[in-house]
Amino acid sequence: MADNISVKDIIKPENLVHKRSSVMTDNIMHYCPGCGHGTTHQILAEVIEEMGIQQETIGITPVGCSVLMYNYLDIDMQEAAHGRAPALATAIKRLLPEKYVFTYQGDGDLAAIGTAETIHSCNRGENILIIFINNGIYGMTGGQMAPTTLEGMKSSTTPYGRDVKLMGNPLKITDIVATLPGTYYVTRQSVHKPGNVRKTKKAIRKAFEYQKHNKGTCFIEVVSNCPSGWKMTPVESNKWMEENMFPFYPLGDFKVPEE
Amino acid sequence: MAKLKGSIVFDIEKCKGCGVCVTACPTEVIAMASEVNSKGYNYAEAVNMDACTGCTNCAVVCPDGVITVYRVKI
Amino acid sequence: MEKELRLMKGNEAIAEAAIRAGTDAYFGYPITPQSEVLEYLTAEKPHERTGMVVLQAESEVAAINMVYGGAGCGKKVMTSSSSPGVSLKQEGISYIAGAELPCLIVNVVRGGPGLGTIQPAQSDYFQATKGGGHGDYRLIVLAPSSVQEMADFVELAFDLAFKYRNPAMILSDGAIGQMMEKVWLKPQKERKKELPAWATTGKTPDRERNIITSLDLDSYKQEQFNIKLQEKYREIQEKEVRFETFQCDDAEYLLVAYGTSARVSQKAIQLAREEGIKAGLLRPITLFPFPSTEISEMANRIKGILSVEMSAGQMVEDVRLSVNGRVPVEHFGRMGGIIPTPEEVVENLKTKIIGE
Ligand SMILES: Cc1ncc(C[n+]2csc(CCOP(=O)(O)OP(=O)(O)O)c2C)c(N)n1
Ligand code: SF4
Ligand code: SF4
Repeated sequence: MADNISVKDIIKPENLVHKRSSVMTDNIMHYCPGCGHGTTHQILAEVIEEMGIQQETIGITPVGCSVLMYNYLDIDMQEAAHGRAPALATAIKRLLPEKYVFTYQGDGDLAAIGTAETIHSCNRGENILIIFINNGIYGMTGGQMAPTTLEGMKSSTTPYGRDVKLMGNPLKITDIVATLPGTYYVTRQSVHKPGNVRKTKKAIRKAFEYQKHNKGTCFIEVVSNCPSGWKMTPVESNKWMEENMFPFYPLGDFKVPEE
Repeated sequence: MAKLKGSIVFDIEKCKGCGVCVTACPTEVIAMASEVNSKGYNYAEAVNMDACTGCTNCAVVCPDGVITVYRVKI
Repeated sequence: MEKELRLMKGNEAIAEAAIRAGTDAYFGYPITPQSEVLEYLTAEKPHERTGMVVLQAESEVAAINMVYGGAGCGKKVMTSSSSPGVSLKQEGISYIAGAELPCLIVNVVRGGPGLGTIQPAQSDYFQATKGGGHGDYRLIVLAPSSVQEMADFVELAFDLAFKYRNPAMILSDGAIGQMMEKVWLKPQKERKKELPAWATTGKTPDRERNIITSLDLDSYKQEQFNIKLQEKYREIQEKEVRFETFQCDDAEYLLVAYGTSARVSQKAIQLAREEGIKAGLLRPITLFPFPSTEISEMANRIKGILSVEMSAGQMVEDVRLSVNGRVPVEHFGRMGGIIPTPEEVVENLKTKIIGE
């Protein structure tokens, strides 16, 4: 082929290497520009599409920015009360054990109001996937302190920075769930760079594969950004995340099954 | 040696102008347009398509699924 | 399993009836005086009998949200608790009502407020019949007054819940939960295999995705949804009122009482009639829908009404609304876990209504 091949010759169905997943609906997502929620939705949809499990997957949305996730993924979904998604998932999976069940939750939802549901569903080893978006803040309600807010980090309820003497330390809930015998696969990833997105996608795929074999709870933390809550541009927020979030929430696997 | 040549297509109306794709592109194909879409966002566009290798990095990090990528080996 | 006569506690009867009604799942958390429901179910291994799921949750909050998830799959799911636990469930109940899902909640009421007492009471009437959690919603509320009804109302509650896509509650009390009586148990029903079209069972290509939610940020649509809910409650009010009368034909005075208070009141009527007082009893079986029309009609024929409740006077407000001032309506009740005696009821009928 000639080196000066035209754009028109490249843009042909047979040359397609990446497109929006067919499991994503056509709705424009309400997320702020550059928000990691969107990226995580895309790869989740891609995994569901690639595994061919759209008909078998039931998702549970949290209360938080991703409450309307059911408008974006073309699968059956239930919207839980704040923090209770793992309780819904527990029942759904036990009643429909042949389905793939996941929850998608923010840090306020999962690690504050829903701590009990999180710990106990993981401890029972429910055969579900929990996707945990840790952006260190309450995005939806306007940037208040979350359990994961870093020491010294400003939020609308820690205007002078989080004082750990007053507010306690940021909670590493993933470290806790990894100690529970019920969890099978626990990992912390991010979606801010192409390589990280690909790794997180692999993790989601693995988790669904494990679920097929009833291995126990799979828990994927995604350290993510909240440009609006952090009051930064999307690109700045990703840089800030690398410099500030990753040292405290280092990426990597906590618990990987021996294959 | 075979060379990869790519091309990207933007669904401009879904773009929110976050610029994440710009930083993700290793060959500086993308820039933000000075025009805006109907939502008022300066959307992303290819300004140097010749340099595109079809690596999919931009599409993979795009939170809004805006970018479709095509690639050929030449 | 065949029809069967057994001597059982009210709580056990609910549990056994639930298995026989083909219930798909039970989620609960221990609390006196209803722990026997969960204990009976775990001992009976319903998973082996019918495939029914039974799970002890980490809290009542988790239990009701498990019910929410299961109900969203179109399954027959239930939970039971007692007053403090039912308070915790209110969040979930509101979501279930808002998402229009069928389920069964059993409240074996104990005295309150707060931790209160473990003895029987009827002080959760407001909570049960006026909504209980946030938002404009109603539960279908059934009030058993015998162990037999504890068993029978499980299936009735599920039928109504599915008919109207609305949570139903059995509002019992510690006395009926704990007392032993003879009970006829129905033959085993198969668990239903067909799930409703709205259930989240996995999106198939022949339909749109199913979404279970109580959220609509569009105020106009949210109002339309609320109007639709109110229409549903009106239909329930029109079609589903259930009650029982006892010696009302020639009655000059009426007692209105449900559950344990109705049992006491029945005896009180006997005592009153021995003294020549023509008293009758109306026992609401559904507390929502409340038998307002029936009480209203009765008010045309009688001289006064005494509402007998184990509370400071909750149902009496609905009785007064039904009667609308045409005859005197008073309340008599004991609280804190005390069951009134029939003698006390007669005494109060005399002093508060007859004016002796
Ligand atoms: C019971 C209850 N309490 C509080 C709220 C208000 N609320 C909505 S979202 C939210 C926090 C969500 O934060 P997070 O889980 O971190 O998700 P994010 O929005 O950051 O994605 C709160 C407190 C609620 N809806 N329900
Ligand atoms: S508020 Fe934060 S978490 Fe929510 S959509 Fe915007 S950037 Fe994302
Ligand atoms: S990453 Fe997507 S949304 Fe953001 S500027 Fe690029 S194309 Fe637009």
